Amino acid sequence: YNHALFFSILTTPPAEPTGPSGPLAQAIIASFGSFDKMKTAFDKAAATRFGSGWAWLGADVDGKLHISSTPNQDNPLMDGIAGVAMIPFLGLDVWEHAYYLNYQNRRAEYIAAFWNVVNWPKVSEYYEEYAAKGKPVVMDLATEAPTQSKAQLKRGGSASLGWIGQI
Amino acid sequence: TLNPKPCSLGYEYEALEPHFDAETMKLHHLRHHAAYLTTLNNALSALRGAEETKHLAKMGVDKLLQNLDSVPEPYKTQVRNGGGGFVNHALFWSILAPNGTKLSADSGLEKQIEKEFGSFDTFVQTFKDQAVKVFGSGWAWLSVAKESGALVISKTANQDTPAMETALIPILGLDVWEHAYYLKYQNKRADYIDAFFNIVNWEEVSRRYEEALKKKDEL
Repeated sequence: YNHALFFSILTTPPAEPTGPSGPLAQAIIASFGSFDKMKTAFDKAAATRFGSGWAWLGADVDGKLHISSTPNQDNPLMDGIAGVAMIPFLGLDVWEHAYYLNYQNRRAEYIAAFWNVVNWPKVSEYYEEYAAKGKPVVMDLATEAPTQSKAQLKRGGSASLGWIGQI
Repeated sequence: TLNPKPCSLGYEYEALEPHFDAETMKLHHLRHHAAYLTTLNNALSALRGAEETKHLAKMGVDKLLQNLDSVPEPYKTQVRNGGGGFVNHALFWSILAPNGTKLSADSGLEKQIEKEFGSFDTFVQTFKDQAVKVFGSGWAWLSVAKESGALVISKTANQDTPAMETALIPILGLDVWEHAYYLKYQNKRADYIDAFFNIVNWEEVSRRYEEALKKKDEL
């Protein structure tokens, strides 16, 4: 679920920087004071998660936004997870596998880079259609193991890194 | 200064090739291990700076890891993570050697392995199974139970160590955090674990085993 959500909220960096839509933008300001304050808090949660885990932006039952991090593959939707009960609609994988080839130990650079590839229209949709309505974001979880990305399938090419075939 | 200092590996970064790649060894030692030491030393300095916590800074990191409940936050978490990371990696480098070293057939450790596992190969397989099963970041360990001298295979999460228990003395550890293997092995952790067994310094592990047995009567 976590990775399905993650890949769906990423996109090629847009030509013009985008941001959260009206309702989400308002919710961010209401809960954090500003987009930058939200980002600072999110970056801190992502940087300080020790070991493997995720950082999340989500909405609680009253519609207030919160940031949290979870260990390993835990998710704020799970019962009994310490911290705020909330519906996550944006997540960042901070397992080392998510950044090691490009950033090695420099997790802070990876976190900064993440903001360049966030699919804000998608995140806003998740907030408006799901989280703000008290519903978990529904992921269409395929039953087959992932092989190639949709973009690669469209291009008709094979994966560029030889070792992917060994997975 | 009373704080622990960085240690050298005892061999070149390239010396464990092709099993552990030089770039990983460099990053692992100079970035990850060094960062744990910095975290630990910052915590120790802070503990030293206050009357009510000075005594904790004098304990030494090994004892401190066994007495974490006495340490106030945020230093407790810093000692657990940074101190654990520091001692774990120091042990790790010491039990590796270029091309490994042999476990002598008449060593106490070899005999104990045969006694408890039936054969060295069965021990290796049991250890590999444990190491592959660690979910997320963590370590696989071979420890000596102080009371009985028995061998214990276990795993810990993040930078926890069996040494946090007074009853256990770790003599061999394998880092299965992704930083330990991702550049060369990507997600193929099992291949990394196999490679590890080519470079184990069994002479050092055996020496640690004998040292651990001597501690039986220590409190």
